[in-house]
Amino acid sequence: MNAPIISIRNLHKWYSGVHALKGVSLDIYPNEALGLIGDNGAGKSTLINILSGVQKQNEGEVLIEGKKAHIKTPRDAMELGIETIYQYNSMVPTMSIARNMFIGREPLKMAVGGIGVMDLKRMRRESVKAIADVDLHLRSPDALVGELSGGQRQGVAIARAMHFKSKVMILDEPTNHLSVKETKKVIGFVRSLKQQNVTGIFISHNMHHVFECCDRVVAMARGEIVLDKRIGETSIEEVQDVL
Amino acid sequence: MKRLLKIYFEKPELAGGLLLVVLVIVFQVRSNGVFLNLDNLRGMLGLLPEMGLVAIGVTILMICGEFDLSVGSVFALMPMVMAIAMEGGMPFVPALCVGLLVAATIGFLNGFLTIRYAIPSFITTLGMLFIARSLTVVISGGFPPLLPNDLPKWLFTAFVGPGTLFRMSFVWFVAIACIASLVMSRTNFGNWVRATGGFLPAANAMGIPTARVKIACFMLCSILAGFAGMIQVLRLGSPLPSIGEGLELQAVAAAVIGGTALTGGIGTVIGGILGAVLIRVIDNGLVLSQVDANWFKFAIGTLTIFAVVANAWLLRRAKQIRAET
Repeated sequence: MNAPIISIRNLHKWYSGVHALKGVSLDIYPNEALGLIGDNGAGKSTLINILSGVQKQNEGEVLIEGKKAHIKTPRDAMELGIETIYQYNSMVPTMSIARNMFIGREPLKMAVGGIGVMDLKRMRRESVKAIADVDLHLRSPDALVGELSGGQRQGVAIARAMHFKSKVMILDEPTNHLSVKETKKVIGFVRSLKQQNVTGIFISHNMHHVFECCDRVVAMARGEIVLDKRIGETSIEEVQDVL
Repeated sequence: MKRLLKIYFEKPELAGGLLLVVLVIVFQVRSNGVFLNLDNLRGMLGLLPEMGLVAIGVTILMICGEFDLSVGSVFALMPMVMAIAMEGGMPFVPALCVGLLVAATIGFLNGFLTIRYAIPSFITTLGMLFIARSLTVVISGGFPPLLPNDLPKWLFTAFVGPGTLFRMSFVWFVAIACIASLVMSRTNFGNWVRATGGFLPAANAMGIPTARVKIACFMLCSILAGFAGMIQVLRLGSPLPSIGEGLELQAVAAAVIGGTALTGGIGTVIGGILGAVLIRVIDNGLVLSQVDANWFKFAIGTLTIFAVVANAWLLRRAKQIRAET
């Protein structure tokens, strides 16, 4: 196997009195689909938040393609090619799909100091295409995100992440609150990431989902990695035992 | 037809717009045609910019998910600072800059304290309401300073246009309203404001500098309030320390009547202006209809509640219309 795309080295995180990450080290390889499993409070969200720039580690480092990465804000993570789809939904319900697709990265016609006039036509056109690319069928890019179902919203979030050509896509509990059909679609999508040269990190409570679409499973408990195996070399029972 | 109806029912400023048309017709009939004559229109349009400018700032800030109760006090403080600077010999333009700087500083403090210490902006700006009002009275020494005679009043209060219908302040108001409206609907900054007020965690996760966006909105709101206060002082000819009392709540009422949600994320600049126009129309219309002027606040109160209820009702109706938009 080639060199890791993300190397996590000895990551520590404390929350006043709680040692949430106790020296976590993990290598993630290009184009693999990694399933991250653990109970509530096991530290998976903390680990993901550090990778996506929402929180900062107290100790340890993250290397992206061998280079030390300084991820201080979500913007830093995006610029390194890490897109995150959060369980609480990273969409603004009172805004249209087209506007949501480009929040924080609006294409501008002219700008002074980063503030300028948005290219609304281009935003509409590109969001229609991005949504069609992930096999989602929506009537109009002007519909409010608040009017979409949970699955459609997740679809738009995925379309956004794909549109910005991410190298690594983190999906944080993307199947929560989704119907059976919508869940199937998300799982199919995680499987298809490999063909598009995207590395996927799939966080879930649900072992079956992880075993259906990942190459490798990493289990966390009490702030440490307790199991790290290829899907073919382990079983749901084994993972359940270590948690 | 159905489709059009659905689109319009979903516009939050619709209820206010409909009410305006109804009220204008009612007042026109009740006042035997005096309401829409040139003199009365001139009077109404002369007063509108002062509250309208404050309403624009408050509306944008509310879309951003925050709240400013200190605008009425800034409305009085900014021109008082200017008047005292001019009394000390400073020319008009530098004094104007000093005044706007004071307003901007208050806005910055409102925003900074709210965000840094995670206090509800209701509390921060309530405190600032008292602080700024007190400062106004203290620096005036209890006696309003005299304004110099050579002020460029023509730039703000002179009558212009066909039939000398407008004051210059109205031109300023329309220009600022257009810019504010375009900034909110067409620029990425407008997108960030709406996202910040609409759903803060998502805005943060998408890398929007939400703290800076909020502080910018607080500052804009204060600057507009101060600018509006200066226009009123130039119109009245004297910087009274008591002007703008109660204005903060009228401005919030204007925003809400225009369809802005207190929870943030929803609203338009046009809606806020519509709300301000409605308040002026009611104020003036009641007088012309020879209704006891003390009913004014009653009418504004009823209107505020009615507008919110009507908007909720229209939105529900819009969802029931089965048409693709």
